[in-house]
Amino acid sequence: MRIHIRHEIVQTFTPPAKGLNAIMRLTPRSHEGQHVIDWRVEIDADCRLRNSDDSFGNLTQAISLAGPTGQLRIAAEGVVETFDAAGIVRNSAERFPPELFLRETLLTTPDAALRAFASDVEGSDAIERLHALLVRVSERFEVPEDAKPTKHAAGAGPGAAHAFAASAGSAHDLAHVFVACARLMGAPARVVSGHYVSEDEASAACHAWAEAHVEGVGWIGFDPLLGICPHESHVRIACGLDALDAAPLRTAGASAVVDTTSILVRMADRQMQGQRQQ
Amino acid sequence: MLARTADNLFWLARYVERAEFTARIIDITARLAALPKAYGNSGSEWESALSAVGSLERFNETYDTPDEASVIEFLIFDPENASSIRSCIELARTNARAVRTALTADMWQSINACWLELRNYEQTRAPFERMSRERIDPFLDVVKTMSRDFDGAGYRNMLRNDAYWFNRLGLYMERADNTARILDVKYHVLLPENETVGGSLDYFQWTAILRAVNAFTAYHWVYRQGIKPWLIADLLILKKEMPRSLTSCYDNLAHFLDAIGRAYGVQGPSQRHARSVLLRLENCEVQDVFQNGMHEFITQFLTDNSRLGTLVAEQYLLN
Amino acid sequence: MVEQTFWDEMTSDGADARAVYARVDQWLRDTPPDVLAARRSQAELLFRRIGITFAVYGAKDAGERLIPFDIIPRVIGQSEWSLLEKGLIQRVKAINAFLTDIYGAREILRAGLIPSDLVYRNPHFRPEMAGRRAPHDIWVHIAGIDIVRTGESDFYVLEDNARTPSGVSYMLENREVMMRLLPDLFGAHRVAPVENYTDLLLNCLRSVAPIGSSREPVVALLTPGQYNSAYYEHSFLADRLGVELVEGHDLSVRDDVVYMRTTQGPKRVDVIYRRIDDDYLDPLAFRADSALGVPGLVNAYNAGNVTLSNAIGTGVADDKAMYTYMPEIVRFYLGEEAILKNVPTWRCREADALKYVLEHLGELVVKEVNGSGGYGMLVGPHATRAEIEDFRAKLTEAPDNYIAQPTLSLSTCPAFVESGVAPRHVDLRPFVLTGADGSRVVPGGLTRVAMRAGSLVVNSSQGGGTKDTWIIEDA
Repeated sequence: MRIHIRHEIVQTFTPPAKGLNAIMRLTPRSHEGQHVIDWRVEIDADCRLRNSDDSFGNLTQAISLAGPTGQLRIAAEGVVETFDAAGIVRNSAERFPPELFLRETLLTTPDAALRAFASDVEGSDAIERLHALLVRVSERFEVPEDAKPTKHAAGAGPGAAHAFAASAGSAHDLAHVFVACARLMGAPARVVSGHYVSEDEASAACHAWAEAHVEGVGWIGFDPLLGICPHESHVRIACGLDALDAAPLRTAGASAVVDTTSILVRMADRQMQGQRQQ
Repeated sequence: MLARTADNLFWLARYVERAEFTARIIDITARLAALPKAYGNSGSEWESALSAVGSLERFNETYDTPDEASVIEFLIFDPENASSIRSCIELARTNARAVRTALTADMWQSINACWLELRNYEQTRAPFERMSRERIDPFLDVVKTMSRDFDGAGYRNMLRNDAYWFNRLGLYMERADNTARILDVKYHVLLPENETVGGSLDYFQWTAILRAVNAFTAYHWVYRQGIKPWLIADLLILKKEMPRSLTSCYDNLAHFLDAIGRAYGVQGPSQRHARSVLLRLENCEVQDVFQNGMHEFITQFLTDNSRLGTLVAEQYLLN
Repeated sequence: MVEQTFWDEMTSDGADARAVYARVDQWLRDTPPDVLAARRSQAELLFRRIGITFAVYGAKDAGERLIPFDIIPRVIGQSEWSLLEKGLIQRVKAINAFLTDIYGAREILRAGLIPSDLVYRNPHFRPEMAGRRAPHDIWVHIAGIDIVRTGESDFYVLEDNARTPSGVSYMLENREVMMRLLPDLFGAHRVAPVENYTDLLLNCLRSVAPIGSSREPVVALLTPGQYNSAYYEHSFLADRLGVELVEGHDLSVRDDVVYMRTTQGPKRVDVIYRRIDDDYLDPLAFRADSALGVPGLVNAYNAGNVTLSNAIGTGVADDKAMYTYMPEIVRFYLGEEAILKNVPTWRCREADALKYVLEHLGELVVKEVNGSGGYGMLVGPHATRAEIEDFRAKLTEAPDNYIAQPTLSLSTCPAFVESGVAPRHVDLRPFVLTGADGSRVVPGGLTRVAMRAGSLVVNSSQGGGTKDTWIIEDA
């Protein structure tokens, strides 16, 4: 599927922030399930966009704004060709052996309840068990139809154990729960951030899901919020040990209140023009 | 130097100065309150002490009547009162700790010793019973001694660089503020010549003002005559040789700001502002002050002084 | 309880003092206890005046407490020291090579010498640093290696501190106090000086500044602030180094360059001697809730515009589980045998070892792999039955988290305690500085002494004291 999307993030700072620094992970990389045809990131402020990649292989951009900055507007836009690969992610940029993704982080540390939950998952082999986990996690969390998290902020949520106890949460929280359990089951697992693009209004700018590694197969995606394996509608942007590692936008500076909104616009399906009108 | 270090040094001096001022106010209030009615005891001394340190409203939020025990508790020990002696010393100590290497050992010790003494009072007595009449004098002396030691140790031993200058800026800005405030609270007893208000009953009020700024003896040396209210105003506002007068404070402020400007090679808004305030004070006569209204004069001065605080912060402390 | 005998550094089990201790021995014989007591209170007064205090975590009034100081110096001969020094430098060299490898090619994992999960699942391993190189390949500029002694020439490494080792201010202050307190005794020995430590440290820090800055590199010391237990040391060192003592909000990062906020505007910083843990360094890279750190610092570091000392992620090398592999690590990178011995250690993650440990809990010291400060530790011979059972449960539950060691016969030194002069257990933390031009160890270190009779725990948080350490010319 050929997808042309525009992801817009607006962050407001009250009072205006001085000495703001931000790191963005808004640019997808190609793998067998998706081919990035064209992509760019724009900021509506005078600053240098410093391109780099992080230790997980995610493409990053960093900016510094002297400020005072009242509002920061960021837009990522591009064209991606996606293919349904039954959730399997092949030929992605890998910097670590899968084993690294058994690490616990602050956001994915399990508590007793999560341990008990994970130990109940059954299946004859690793893949079956992970699918069983997917079903169990998505069943446990109530996601009302009208609250499909289409506009979740870029934040990372309160962490797996907390979300599990509350039986409610965002895509990030569900991904954290899945990842924490998969690790307990011995499968290296990670959080992926990206977009969910659908025909109806359920598109999500800041979506998140999980990937788990199975020996002999490789990395497989699991979307516990939707209860499916990622397919053509998922645009994979970044991955890491938890949602913080894969966060689309992390900002820090001297400021009191930060408000973030994020929207995804599906553009007409055509080649991007060299010059876009503002 | 680090902007934060300069900020700490500046506020450190302000808190020490404020603690001493509050101690002096308590001192003179206790004196006035002990007078018989016929000598000017109005019965509201403790309330006016609260006005003098600018905390009357804050007091009324938590206390019922401004009697001696409550006011003393509030002004000395109340940790909720940001201007209580306790709060000032604690804040001074916190600031001093943060810049300990920029201070001389004596300066640190003067504050630390006072803090320990205060904690001692606090821990050995119940609230409202900590200060009997016999205990209050020695305690206030501890505070005044701290301020004097701190000041003196700095004057004697600190390197004359920006650390010293920022410290002195805090001292003189706070001092100017305090002198102006006591004038503002008592301006109604400092009316011009020929106006007869209160007569000799005000004598004790007048001397109380002088004592509050440690100028009782100085007055006689300068004027060589009995206490006259307009001369008190002249002394505390305009006399440059009087160390707590507004003019003297601004003479110092302009001097130390110039030193900073020279060392950094850049003059800025705070230097210009301090110089203009000083100029206005220098070119002013005490008659002008009364003609245009002393309250208005003081209000204007307080605005100017706090403006200087903002300018210094913007220029140096918040970089 | 098992009765143990201990080697005493002064008497060496015999009645007569060893040669290096001859003068101290004589002085102790000549000085009546009340004079010693007077000296001790004099010392305490000096410390109070200087203001050396430390805060104990969890203590109710987390105010300031004085660490006990013992006025009897610990004496080590030059030849003994030379051996130690060689061993220390070798050890730090191996640690730096290990870190370069672990964050680079990971050859030691490929060689199968270390179980890979010990690295990948180590909480102090920083995935964010993978593929990055430290300037000059030096990760650990300042190491504090804890040494214990059990006999004439038996030195063991107890722990490698490769993150933000503290205690050096005590080494320096103790010396100053001793020179003032006991000038005659001091003058009678030829004691190697330690007071040039801060000069060496400054040179070391400057030598690893980012390459290409033509002016004199600007160094700053980054502290978590005055409520940190080691704040005194931070301010002391900044003062002696002549560098600014900065907190996180004194620094800002613009376009990958670090500046400090000064009264004259932003000033560029080249080297940061940081005394903040990795986790709190940069809310954009690590814990997002850190208010102590500097947003963007890790990017500036990765861009090569600032040097962090020590580098990020060095904790993977000083972890107690990794410690057990140090002899292999030294051999792998340097092709040499380790000069300093490791304390024999059972890795409870290994089934055989766990079995042995569980059977011998009453004789062993069990430590948490990631614990520090003497917390989370079982000293078998001194533990109650309940404490032992408690640890048995913990070990069975999560054996990977623990290692066990025999209770070492830690050497003793004479100390002046309530009952007079008596032997007390000691350890030693020398400080190894590594700059672009090699490693140096200041002759001496922090001797910690367990002031309670029979106690083997020397940590200041558990009532331990300190004493001055004299490296003297051999008699």
